[in-house]
Formats: sequence, C-alpha cells, structure tokens
Amino acid sequence: MFDKTLAELAAGLKTGQFSSVELTQAYLARIKAEDTKYNSFISVTDDLALEQAAAADSLIAAGDAGTFTGLPIAHKDIFCTQGVRTSCASKMLDNFISPYNATVVDKFNQAGAVTLGKTNMDEFAMGSSNESSFYGPCKNPWNTDCVPGGSSGGSAAAVSAQLTPAATGSDTGGSIRQPAALCGITGLKPTYGRVSRYGMIAFASSLDQGGPMTKTAEDAALMLNVMAGFDKRDSTSADRDVPDYTADLTKPLDGLRIGLPKEFFSGDINADIAAQTQAAIKEFEKLGATVKEVSLPNTALSIPAYYIIAPAEASSNLSRFDGVRYGYRCEDPVDLEDLYKRSRGEGFGPEVKRRILVGAYALSEGFYDAYYNKAQQIRRLIRDDFTKVLSEVDVIMGPTTPHPAFKIGEKSSDPVAMYMEDIFTLSLNLAGLPGMSIPCGTVDGLPTGLQIIGDYFAEQKLLNVAHQFQLATDWHKQSPQGI
Amino acid sequence: MEWEAVIGLEIHAQLATKSKIFSGASTAFGAEPNTQACAVDLALPGTLPAFNEEALRMAVKFGLAVDAEIGRKSVFDRKNYFYPDLPKGYQTSQLFHPIVGIGHIDITLEDGTTKRIGVTRAHLEEDAGKSLHDEFPGMTGIDLNRAGTPLLEIVSEPDMRSAEEAVAYVRKVHSLVTSLGICDGNMSEGSFRCDCNVSVRPKGQEEYGTRTETKNINSFRFIEKAIVGEIERQIDLIEDGGRVIQATRLYDADKNETRSMRSKEEANDYRYFPCPDLLPIVIDDDYIDAIRQTLPELPDARKARFIEEYKLSEYDAMVLSADHNMAAYFEVIAKTAKDAKLAANWVMGELSKLLNQHDIDITNSPVSAEQLGGLLMRIKDDTISGKIAKQVFEVMWSEGGSADEIIESKGLKQVTDSGAIEQIVDEVIANNTPQVEQYVNAEPDKRGKMIGFFMGQVMKASQGKANPGQVQGVLKQKLDALVN
Repeated sequence: MFDKTLAELAAGLKTGQFSSVELTQAYLARIKAEDTKYNSFISVTDDLALEQAAAADSLIAAGDAGTFTGLPIAHKDIFCTQGVRTSCASKMLDNFISPYNATVVDKFNQAGAVTLGKTNMDEFAMGSSNESSFYGPCKNPWNTDCVPGGSSGGSAAAVSAQLTPAATGSDTGGSIRQPAALCGITGLKPTYGRVSRYGMIAFASSLDQGGPMTKTAEDAALMLNVMAGFDKRDSTSADRDVPDYTADLTKPLDGLRIGLPKEFFSGDINADIAAQTQAAIKEFEKLGATVKEVSLPNTALSIPAYYIIAPAEASSNLSRFDGVRYGYRCEDPVDLEDLYKRSRGEGFGPEVKRRILVGAYALSEGFYDAYYNKAQQIRRLIRDDFTKVLSEVDVIMGPTTPHPAFKIGEKSSDPVAMYMEDIFTLSLNLAGLPGMSIPCGTVDGLPTGLQIIGDYFAEQKLLNVAHQFQLATDWHKQSPQGI
Repeated sequence: MEWEAVIGLEIHAQLATKSKIFSGASTAFGAEPNTQACAVDLALPGTLPAFNEEALRMAVKFGLAVDAEIGRKSVFDRKNYFYPDLPKGYQTSQLFHPIVGIGHIDITLEDGTTKRIGVTRAHLEEDAGKSLHDEFPGMTGIDLNRAGTPLLEIVSEPDMRSAEEAVAYVRKVHSLVTSLGICDGNMSEGSFRCDCNVSVRPKGQEEYGTRTETKNINSFRFIEKAIVGEIERQIDLIEDGGRVIQATRLYDADKNETRSMRSKEEANDYRYFPCPDLLPIVIDDDYIDAIRQTLPELPDARKARFIEEYKLSEYDAMVLSADHNMAAYFEVIAKTAKDAKLAANWVMGELSKLLNQHDIDITNSPVSAEQLGGLLMRIKDDTISGKIAKQVFEVMWSEGGSADEIIESKGLKQVTDSGAIEQIVDEVIANNTPQVEQYVNAEPDKRGKMIGFFMGQVMKASQGKANPGQVQGVLKQKLDALVN
C-alpha cells in the first residue's frame, strides 16, 4: 500500500478498498516504526490527522468527496499550521505554536487532505543538506550515511521512504528540486507567484516558492491543483486562472523542442550524472522530441548574485525573530540590547547567522550599489538569457544537481562547496521560472534527477513532459533498498 | 552679528483610513492595548503585507492639493532597525520612489504677505507601535494597536526663516489634510506631528549651518516654542565659541527646552532596500484624474470664495477658511442668520474665545452651528440685543438649549413695545434733572455724545432688554422736545 501514488490511493478511497482513517493509521504507524532511521519528521500530528481522516471518511460516505478528500500528506515545517508547532527547524521557533494556517495549509485542509505531520528541513530553509536543522540532520533513505539534500530534505526523505505519499516543500534556490533529485522523487517548483507565500515562513521573499514533492508527475499535478491560485494576502501571488494541471498529462510529445544549455553539462559535474541525463534526453527523442544545444551564458553568475540577494532579503525577513513577542527569548536579559543579542545569538544556528551577516553587509551604506544593485542587474541578465532561449525551445533540460547525495558532514565545513551544489537550480529562482526534477537514473546506488525548465506559468507543459517520461520509464518507481 | 534661522519640517499625518496600511486591523484610537493588532501587525512568522489602496488615494489627493508631481511608479522600501515597538524589525516606507514628488505650499504671514514653501516630497509609510515605559516598573510594555497605521510623511524644503513662518506652514498643511479629509488632524492623539530641522547662519551667508532635528512635536504652540528655543540655543552656543552638533533632539514641553536624544555618530544604518513583499504601485493619468475630480474645495479657494460670496475682509476670510470644520460651521450660521459679517464676528469672537479657553476643537463645540445660527436670527429680528445675546450664548454653552427656549425661560425677550419704552424714558428723564439741564443747555453738536448717558440709564432700567434702536429714537425725540 505504501508504494501507491496519490492517484492510486484516491481511487482506493473512492472504491472503499480502505478508509482514510485506516490509511492514516497505517502511515502514522509506519512513521513511528521507521522514521527513527531518517529523522524526516519534526512533528507527527496524530490527533489532528485522525480527526481529519474521520471527517474525510464522513464526506466520502456522504458522497461529497473531492479528489483530495482523505489523502494523507506532510507539510514542510516552514508552513504555519494552526495549533501545531511550526519551527522552521530552528531553536528560535521551537516553542512557536502557530495561531493561524498558511494559505497552502488552508487549501489542503479545505480539499480534505489529512496532515500527518511537519517535515524536517534546513534551519529557515538555509542549506542544501538538511544538516542545519535544530532537530538534527535528516538522512537519505537510499543511504543513511548521506544527506537527503535540502532544504526540503525531510519532505523528500519521507516521500522516498514511503512515510507519506506526498509532501509540500519550498524552493528558494533549489530546495524542492535538489532534495527530490537526491532522494529519487518528483519535485516541482512552480513559477514565482503561482502558489501563495502567505504563512510560509519567509527566507528570501523574491525567490521563495512553495510546491509539491511526490512520487510521480501525475501526483504533482494533483497537488498543484490544490496549492495554486491568487491570494489577496500575498501581493506577489499571480492573479490569473488556475488550469486543471492534470488536463494535459496525456498529450503526446511529438515536436517538443528541448534545449540543452551547454553550461549545464560542463565544469565540475559527475560524469555518470551527465551520461544519465543524456540517456534521458535520448528517451525524449524516442517520444518525438527534437533537441538542440542552447546557451545560458550567465549561469556561473547565478551563485554570487543569489548569495547577495537571498541573504539580503533574509537579513531583513529574520529581524522579526527578536525575542520580544514569540519564539526563543534568552534567560534573564539585563537590558534591551542584551535581550536582542543573546536571543538571536542563542536562537539562530551558524548557517542562519552567516547569511544574516552577509545580507546585512551587502545592504549597508556604501556597499549597497556594489553588491545588492549589482546582483539585481545580474538577475536581469539571467532572466533575459532564459527568455531568449525559451523563445526558441519549449523546455530546457539538464541535470538537477552536479553530484549525487554526499556524505553527512562532508561539505558542512565548506559553505561555498555546499553552495555550488545549487548551481543548476538557483538561476530559475532568480528568473522566477518553473522547474521540475524527476528521477532519471542512479549513480553508485544513489538516485539522480533530470531538471525540466519551462516558461512562466508553463507548469502544465512541465507536468506533461514529466508524465510522458514516467509512462515510458520506471526510474520513478525505484525505491531505496529495503523499502 | 545678525543671525538667520533655516527651518525645514517633516510632518507625519496619520491617514484617516478605517484599516491599517498593510492589514485589515482597525485604526481607531484609544482601544485597549494590543486589541487592534492582527497577525500581520504582530509580524507573526509567515505573514505578509497587503496594501490598503485607500492610503494611496489619500496620498494622491495630498499631492494634487500641493500641485506636486505624482509618482507614476512608487515603491515601498524597508527601513531596517531593531526596536520593541517595531514588530518586523523594519519599517515599510518609501525612500527611493515616493508617491508624491516636488510641490509647494503658499503661506500667509501675519503682516499679510505670502511666501511659497517648497514641498520636497511626501511618502507613505507605516507607523510603529507604542512603548509604555511608566506603567510597568522595571519593564517596558508594548502596545501594537498603532503599528501599521498609515502615515503620510510630508517633507518641506528648508525654506522657512522664522518660527512664525514654520507655524504658518504647519497650520497650512494641517488645514490642507483636514480639508481633504485624509487626516483627522488631532494633534493631542498624535494624528498630526512634526519634526523640526533647525540651523542658524550669519545673515547673508549662503551655506547652511549644522542642523538639529527636534522630533515628534504635537502642538502648534510647542512647535513655535521649540523652534524659538532651539534658534536661541544655537546662536548662544556659537556666540560663546561652541559649535552645533548634528543631533536628534526631544522637546520637553514642561521645561520648554530641547535636549539631545542621539548624535549623528550614533545614528543607525537603516539598510534600505525595496520591499520584496510588495509590488511597485503603478498608476496612470486616468487614475490621477479620477481622484482630481473628487478633491474638495481647498483652503485658498475657499478663502477667495468667502471674500467674494460673503464680502468678508481678507483677514476674516483667511481665519475662517483655514480650518474646514470652522469654515463649515461659519457657513451654516451665515446662511441661517443671513448675515455673514455677524456670523464671522461671532465665530471668531465669542465662540473662539470659549473654545480656546476650554481647549475644545470646533467639532466638539457644545454649541452647534444650528444653535448659534438660531441665536443670531434673534439678534437680526430684534428679539434680543447683541448684549443679551452674549448672555444667551453663555447659557447655551453651559446648559444647552435653543436660543428661543433660553430667551423664553430667562425672560430675556427684548422690549420693543413703544409704550413701555416711552414709560422708561420718561422715568429716566424725570429722575436725572441735572443731566437733562446740561443737555438742554449744551451746544447742539455736543448733545449727540451726551445722549449716551441716558441710553445707559434706560438700558439699565430695562435690564438690557429694551431695543437700543428704539430707545435712541424715543430719547432723542423727548430730549429735543425739552430743548425747544
């Protein structure tokens, strides 16, 4: 049962093969039994889940069920959930019980979904390995000595280890796609503004975007149907219609034009990953696609630009965590300055502090033009690169990451090496474009991801392309050993 | 040496929107602490601002009223600093692209001359909460009800040269924002407050002296006092061989002096950058024109109309048109009494006197415009004299009631019965023989003045109720009869 997709589970619920309560109890029991190996959940919400499942069963019995009614999912612990600890994997918010729901959580609740719990992540979504979590690192189900990627490492590991059929994630520089690739699952970062950010604790406001992490492209479409839409509480959300993301899944790929950026296949990239990616491209050619080499000449600049813009926004976004109204407050502050310094000094971990310092520096008087403004100029160049290429091809493809999952601790003392792992994913966030990662092979027993990039609001196209690949291959059906 | 002051002002006007600039919480003043602060105002994790467009419309109205450039694309920026009453750790403001650009305001000085003061810019921003230092010994309370209240910060050019000019400018801005209906103008509640930038330089010198900024002054009188005091302090300092240090100062109304709050060296680096949670505000000519259509009459136009329509003097028209509430009050009375001059005299005289004495705003006047209009009607139709009217007005102020009710219950109706008046006149003539003899024997051109004595006696005998016009006529007739 645990290998079933959302679509399959939905069918099972509808036909009465099992109830939502039975399904939920099974998953809760599995999390309890198995997650000690992976540490993919920060909180398991048994009571809430069973309550939601019972309500879903009533709806199903009454014939009022929607597609999502009774389906269990997990939320990355960056999404505020009413009455539940929402920690962002930080000591700073270890005691924070959110009094409200994020829009995404509200939407899933209204759709009848069951919340199994809150998944592990890098602290405040800052990291590519899930090692910066206050609750300890999450482990890759394919090899528990390895990282699951980050920052949505808990969501990726939980789906991969079949502790939940699907989970929400958030992606600021690759935080959905990179862990999806490293854990062998499907992850979609929608176009910036497609999914409301309200209640998704901000890391870098102009880059953050929530999205689905699932077993298949079809499931990602089902999830996005629930998540997407304009929200008047998020001024940056897109005020445009939400299509049915499952509608185009079965379209054939005849004549699909694929662009392969030469910059994505050069430099420090694992040779096996490059080969796996090429093999996947061959598969698309068999499905009727045409391929041509393209160029995104400013790709290399995306890392420095990103590591100015994201920390700059973060340094301001994280100012609210001051020990005054909620969250961690130091013991016995002697005065206001002491309260600030120690609450923030003790409440934030080293990676978060590093980014706050970098961001504050980049915004400070005298440096603003040289850093922040320059980074914004680069951002425009990167966007223009993509716009130009996407006027010539339908989708861009390449590897999601340059390497497979690395060992826990391997890169934690070298932040820049860690940052380099996001080289292929960051640029999409800077441009605001949608991107997916789907499994396309394994290297030394570890999964690798194929990244598919589309034009603004072309999620339907991405899902169609991914689904057709998954109909033709079975990389997405492979599971870690013993699962 | 002769010194010249240079003054520039930053005025914070709270915009009269019902809800906050970035959240749906109410902006009403005076609620229990923290009862009007929602998740967004508390800056709970994950919350985002949603811009209240009503604040934009109000800002554009102001921009049009001061003939300013309106920003077709304005952008919110974050001003980052830590303070407990600033929940997000940054204030959302507009630094680089304000909604209102360069404009101007004409002020009229007491000698009747006018002067044009430049408006550098006006931008939208959110107010902070309040820190309560006295209520909790050893601790600080935070009330976030005010956090997120929309402010329009109006920045002037350093065009003013005296406290008088500064106060005239502040009054004019106050008059504009209240007339536009975009600010309630309540200075004691902090809805309208002023930061004064003051420097001095030897007269004739082009370059500016070092300035100080005195923050958050919330009355016209304190603005004047603070500026006068700060100018004197700076001149004394320089003349004693010292130098002015650029600093932020606080005005202490109790001691009537400014004192240093922080120097420039301690100033924050606010790390301004465009707020990524809010889209730039883009507006077009149609939007601006539609707002232009809704502009109410502004003080300068109203003043001109008062001169034209009511034949008021320049001075009366200026005083009555400045405050739109006073102007509206005046117009009700002028129309009820059908005598603009009489209405003007009463509003600027008796009414203003009592309002000032009791420190009451005209909108809270215990005597309504309808009541006062009714009173003036009774002067006009000779039911009572102007003198009795003042008595009626005092009763009206303290006890309420219409003019007719008070006149009736206090028996103040003017005596216009000519028989009754003649009787009193006869008694006065009979009881004041020496004065009558003087009158009879006086030169004819001196008699006019002497009649005043008899007038006084008759009014006294009638307890002020006799119609003065009639008394005068009867007296003159009877006394002149004695001469012949």
